[in-house]
Amino acid sequence: MSTQIGVLSVPAKRPASRVINLIQAWLPKLVLAPSLALVLVGVYGYMIWTAVLSFTNSSFMPSFRFVGFAQYARLIANDRWHTACINLVIFGVLFIGVCLALGIFLAIFLDQKIRQEGFIRTVYLYPMALSLIVTGTVWRWILNPGLGLEKLMHDWGWTSFHFDWLVRSHLSVYTLVIAAVWQSSGFVMALFLAGLRGIDPSIIKAARVDGARLPTIYLRIILPCMRPVFFSAIMILAHLSIKSFDLVKVMTAGGPGYSSDLPALFMYDMSFTRGQLGLGAASAIMMLGAILALLVPYLYSELRSKRHD
Amino acid sequence: MKMLKRSAAALALCCAASMAQAKGTVEVLHWWTSGGEARAVGVLKNMLEQEGYHWKDFAVAGGGGSAAMTVLKTRAVSGNPPAAAQIKGPSIQEWAKLGFLTNLDPVAKKEHWNQELPPLVQKIMQYKGHYVAVPANVHRVNWLWVNPEVFKKADAQIPHTWPEFFAAAKKIKAAGFIPLAHGGNPWGDTTLFEAVALSQLGPDDYRKAFVDLDQNVLEGPKMVEAFTIFKKIHDDIDSNSPGRQWNMATHMVINGKAAMQIMGDWAKGEFTAAGKVPGKDYECLPAPGTQGDFSLNIDSLAMFQLKDKADIKAQDALAALMLQPKFQRVFNMAKGSIPVRTDLSMKSFDACAQASMKAFKAASKDGRLVPSFSQSMADSDAVLGQITDVVTNFFNDPGADPKKAAHQLAVAVKSAQL
Repeated sequence: MSTQIGVLSVPAKRPASRVINLIQAWLPKLVLAPSLALVLVGVYGYMIWTAVLSFTNSSFMPSFRFVGFAQYARLIANDRWHTACINLVIFGVLFIGVCLALGIFLAIFLDQKIRQEGFIRTVYLYPMALSLIVTGTVWRWILNPGLGLEKLMHDWGWTSFHFDWLVRSHLSVYTLVIAAVWQSSGFVMALFLAGLRGIDPSIIKAARVDGARLPTIYLRIILPCMRPVFFSAIMILAHLSIKSFDLVKVMTAGGPGYSSDLPALFMYDMSFTRGQLGLGAASAIMMLGAILALLVPYLYSELRSKRHD
Repeated sequence: MKMLKRSAAALALCCAASMAQAKGTVEVLHWWTSGGEARAVGVLKNMLEQEGYHWKDFAVAGGGGSAAMTVLKTRAVSGNPPAAAQIKGPSIQEWAKLGFLTNLDPVAKKEHWNQELPPLVQKIMQYKGHYVAVPANVHRVNWLWVNPEVFKKADAQIPHTWPEFFAAAKKIKAAGFIPLAHGGNPWGDTTLFEAVALSQLGPDDYRKAFVDLDQNVLEGPKMVEAFTIFKKIHDDIDSNSPGRQWNMATHMVINGKAAMQIMGDWAKGEFTAAGKVPGKDYECLPAPGTQGDFSLNIDSLAMFQLKDKADIKAQDALAALMLQPKFQRVFNMAKGSIPVRTDLSMKSFDACAQASMKAFKAASKDGRLVPSFSQSMADSDAVLGQITDVVTNFFNDPGADPKKAAHQLAVAVKSAQL
């Protein structure tokens, strides 16, 4: 600091200020450079590295014997990968759909100027504060037929009660949806509530004057106004569902059998516990491809239409 | 004066440290972290330190060793491997093939390993005829654990074959107990399937199928029969088994909720910890239809190439120690397994371990000793992974077809051999 003042107080002002200008011009770039380099290497560099590995016959150590698309052929012939992909579609569609529906409903109800709104909002938002590991463990206990809900109902005398989705191979993936929705719908509610608060009340009043009923106002006027909120909510939920790993790992570990497997879990298992780095890399690249195929057109259309507005 | 004293002390410390350095250090990567296992490793550590060497513990818990393997890979690739790591079965060959392991032939010769170890065990520990790893113990996987109290209550006979098993299961179920306790995860499903497959295939076809990966046997009629029985067993476990750990299943047998469990002899640790006595509170007998067969699982330490001369000496000392009678006895009593040396007295062991040793000797003489594929003793991780997927998917799918499963097994195994 003192040296800088010293420099400033020197009579020959011109060169000093040029130095300062130069520093001012370069400093942001210098400060950003390490993180930019980290991102370049850590994200894009390793993305390329993974792509390269997916074309090799790497087993439990990386190797550089290239085998073309053989790993991809194996992946597509793999039954477990099929199950994982179908599960991702089921999980993703239901998770995003139910979260949005619940979130919007809760937001609209909370928006009716009710008492204790702040408290209720916090209650619904709270699950978001938990780690998915905790959520998964708790729901695993609740849904376990010999331990949780079913046992409780049986103990209370309702012996015909059955809720054993967790241990049924064709239903276990839906238990993941239950836990994930519980975790995230409050967050979607908060997003939409913020959106609703941003809407000019005079629009609603004008619609009322025109004789529109409340459901029509919400459906026809307010929700269409909230397109950006839909956009961010879907973006966040979509990436949550595709990278979903911790929830399934603790809740079902892909079981029974591999009936509730998801691509992220498949990738981890192949790469790190089964010593099939090549196959794991191929599945990672397929996931990346799927994300790009879904998100790029969506992003493009959303961002472009915004520019037109 | 004080100053002088202090520096003298410091000097002495330095000397001690450098002397210890001169004696060498072994760093051992392992996942023997549960109660009995940790105690067993403690014995090895003490014995090594008594000889003046240093032991650097490198325990990585979790994931049945997969966490440890990840750490090991990073260390090995960066050129700084530990002296010894818990690696078993065909993985030993894979590490040796990559050139990471050292040659233990001088120690083996000095300690007469060729005389002390059964031929199959020697083969597993060697790469191209040279010793690269040291075995610690022998586990038998095809055990049936029985709670005789439940059998008495259900008026059922303890089974020796699968028809007897199903007859007993029917009675046990009628009496309100669970016939078979099962930990329903992929590993547990595969362990159970191994016992069934061994009973149906017999040791020769078992080896052809799971060691040589013979396509004809993998989808042959005997394998279809194994899948059929395996499917039938599913009716005799409780519907709440998915996600359960094997030791929870063992506790169901201990508590008298379930009558039987099929599991390796590490299950004995749970019985012992609960204060149960073999022959009285519980019985151990070969899994149905596998009398005389011995499916073995061996824990071993593979030895890595080191640069430091003193450390290499310490490594050799560790290798020699592991087959000493004292370590073999203490370690295996803690772990529930039997010594890998067949020339030791079994006097201080319990009835199950004595039976296991008897079966081990007999089976290695008759050629009925087979490596356990479910415990990674027969195949690479890739092949085992494919087998596991088919087996666990079949077991948990109520509509699965045994014939189709056998075919899928053959296809899956083939696809893993890239």
